Amino acid sequence: MYAPEFDYYRAGSVSEAAGLLRKHPGAKLLAGGQSLIPLLKLRLAAPAAVIDIGRIRDLKGITVKDGTIRIGAMTTHAELAASAELAETCPVLAQAAAGIGDPAVRNRGTIGGNVAHADPASDLPTVLVALEARLMAEGPDGKRTLDAGGFFQGLMTTALKEHEILTAIEIPAHPKGQSSAYAKFAHPASRYAVIGVAAVITASGGKCSSARVAVGGMVPRPVRASSVERALTGQELSAESIAKAAAQVTENLGNEVLGDIFASEQYRRSVASVWVKRALTQAVGRAK
Amino acid sequence: MKFPISVTLNGRRYQREVEPRQLLVHLIRDLGGVTGTKIGCDTSQCGACTVLLDGVAVKSCTALSVQVDGASITTIEGLAVDGQLHPLQEAFWNKHGLQCGYCTPGMILAAHELLRTNPQPSDEQIRHGLEGNMCRCTGYQNIVRAVREAAAMRRKG
Repeated sequence: MYAPEFDYYRAGSVSEAAGLLRKHPGAKLLAGGQSLIPLLKLRLAAPAAVIDIGRIRDLKGITVKDGTIRIGAMTTHAELAASAELAETCPVLAQAAAGIGDPAVRNRGTIGGNVAHADPASDLPTVLVALEARLMAEGPDGKRTLDAGGFFQGLMTTALKEHEILTAIEIPAHPKGQSSAYAKFAHPASRYAVIGVAAVITASGGKCSSARVAVGGMVPRPVRASSVERALTGQELSAESIAKAAAQVTENLGNEVLGDIFASEQYRRSVASVWVKRALTQAVGRAK
Repeated sequence: MKFPISVTLNGRRYQREVEPRQLLVHLIRDLGGVTGTKIGCDTSQCGACTVLLDGVAVKSCTALSVQVDGASITTIEGLAVDGQLHPLQEAFWNKHGLQCGYCTPGMILAAHELLRTNPQPSDEQIRHGLEGNMCRCTGYQNIVRAVREAAAMRRKG
């Protein structure tokens, strides 16, 4: 399959990419291409220009400093999955990255491209919402920081403005007693999340002192499962309290649960709590 | 618009002017009659188009030629050195890790990626590592045996 014709520009820096974006209205940014190239080939997108930001060195890499993890937007899923530092300071992100697509896709796909694309069936948006990540954007009006909670606005829609470029993601490293996990009901062919649940748990003396849970895959954008979080906070961390809290997830799913030929809306609603329970159980096991 | 690129394919350098929309798999197949790399699903799910890009496995149906400018590409034709089969090729032959053979180039390069990142995988890790590649003939049993044997050959050196 061939994409419609487009002009190609390669940016050597963020400012050069920003200039190219201004010069070519409607242009699309190309990172690893694992979402954009299929869209182009299926002719679901037909930009006149594509701006390649995949070679910008400043946008690559993971650093952990003073309790903050900073991830360049062009860091690949394979790099996230293989990072010993991330496995230690934020296991949910390494775990979710390791389950994206397949090894060859993970070698090309990037965290920035993934979250800016904002596919509801993707994994990392859900994880970043649970982590309360901060997303760094650069545009004509300078730099700004967006909260993951408000970044994902709906199907393939983010809070990024037309000429803004996502440059990095910052996440607080887990403090002592906190850990995290991701549980995914993966579509058997595409490996996309039919349901994906990210959980961040802080345990203290066997009790849950805080819980953050996000659900994706089944809704147009990741949602925080605040009922689950409330039900678990302050409780003894046991299989029983986890199951009881997980069952609350139906309260948070709203009216926009997605359904398709593989998994109907009703089915997804019915099994969501199972995946919440699995994510919680694993996160609690790591936090204790 | 045409964009100038230079790539090294199986050790040989090429310079071309390509359309930005050209896919890597087409570039490879059009350069010097090297057609071992297959187009299967064309949607980055089946793995038939897997090649090594600077030594790392990628799906060449989901990369643009312009993206790989300056890179070194290895296809199935580039694995054997001086007519000496790569241990993975040898093992796929010995264990008959194929039937029709269409998935084999991609399967071998995906297995190459697996052994690069995990030189001594368990059977479960082999199956997991090859999940981006589909074979509609073998039921995967002999493919797993072949990868296991290639890992053992490597262990022996």
